[in-house]
Amino acid sequence: MRNVVVPDAAAAVAGISDGMTVMVGGFGGAGLPRVLLKAVLETGVRGLTVISNNAGTSGDDLSSWFEAHVVDKIICSYPRSAEAFTEQYRRGDVELELVPQGTLVERIRAGGAGLGGFLCPVGVGTDFAKGKEVIEVEGRKHLLELPLKADFALVRARDADTLGNLNFNKTARNHCAVMTTAARVTVAEAARIVKPGAMDPEAIVTPCIFVNRILKA
Amino acid sequence: MTPLSRNALARMVANHLPSESFVNLGIGAPTMVANALDASQGVILHSENGLLNVGPAPAEGEENHDLINAGKQPVTTLPGASFFDSSLSFSMMRGGHIDVAVLGAFQVSEDGDLANWNTGRDDGAPPAVGGAVDLAVGASQIWVMMEHTTRDGAPRIVSRCTMPLTAVGVVRRIFTNLCLITVTDAGLVVDAMIDDLELKDLQALTEATLTAAPALRTINSDGIVT
Repeated sequence: MRNVVVPDAAAAVAGISDGMTVMVGGFGGAGLPRVLLKAVLETGVRGLTVISNNAGTSGDDLSSWFEAHVVDKIICSYPRSAEAFTEQYRRGDVELELVPQGTLVERIRAGGAGLGGFLCPVGVGTDFAKGKEVIEVEGRKHLLELPLKADFALVRARDADTLGNLNFNKTARNHCAVMTTAARVTVAEAARIVKPGAMDPEAIVTPCIFVNRILKA
Repeated sequence: MTPLSRNALARMVANHLPSESFVNLGIGAPTMVANALDASQGVILHSENGLLNVGPAPAEGEENHDLINAGKQPVTTLPGASFFDSSLSFSMMRGGHIDVAVLGAFQVSEDGDLANWNTGRDDGAPPAVGGAVDLAVGASQIWVMMEHTTRDGAPRIVSRCTMPLTAVGVVRRIFTNLCLITVTDAGLVVDAMIDDLELKDLQALTEATLTAAPALRTINSDGIVT
């Protein structure tokens, strides 16, 4: 039977390499895969493009990646109170692609759903429209927004079963659920791991087809 | 004249929210509206990080870092609350399911343009937008809640926004510490003002042209419109 549980953090992030694109779930601390973040740091990987809502604030969140100069580019919506990132941004060491929060997650959804993008009214007539194709539908202007995909997606789950089915804790679902669909390798750290059948099928948020590795953490 | 306190302004906004409406409160001052709501209004609060039926702040020691609002403050859930992912959350906005979003603003123009995400000052700091643009475009009605002028006394209600726009022509109502304004096709209409304020005094603090509603009402110091 399928069993995607890995023995340790190193195995959870094995294969991550320089220049890859990595999605990191979480909104603030909710859903942030702190154990996986640390495991990636320990690989010594460099030159990552990160897709995440925030850019970390302090301690063992994404700020640790900026402090270690792991990131070349971040695609995110709200890099506020992010000291390490801000310092590198001011020096021009890291590139920022700023995306409205709902557009960010929908671009990820498009990537995961095999869509070539979507038409979005958000940002029309603002700086967020720069460089984007404008298409009118039913008399309303929309921007053509392109999909986002990644080599790895790292998320934090509450429960996982050994097949890879997941649920999340409270508002920790945020970008995590959609990110699991859009990466070549999706890794979830989970607080609890149970046997197949122990999770209510009605309450599984992420079906196991999207999940490649589970780490108990 | 005494401008409304922040609490009174929050109460004025809360009192105007339709009963049983779905409402998103932007981060910052608008979150104060939550405390001013009467439970009998049946308003259901949405938080764009994935929660409907947001409850009040938890008691000290009861905080859960996985249960937060869009401002990343710990919250609680009310009976009937639900959690969902960000894609579904922003579907609620862009899909027109949120009845009212109450947002802070740096500037609002007479055409209802909103500038609330970036002052446009290039001090080298990275820009951050979060869900501001999505909310401004998606909610059925956008209400702005702000101080009438900047700390230096400069108008925030302007002919044309000079700061980077959040969205074009979206603001329906403006609640300030001096007045309540409706944005109409014919311009900005003042529905109510605080006591002892003349329209010409209000106009002097406002760059955009104001007209008074036929039945101009008064806002008392508790934020109650009479």
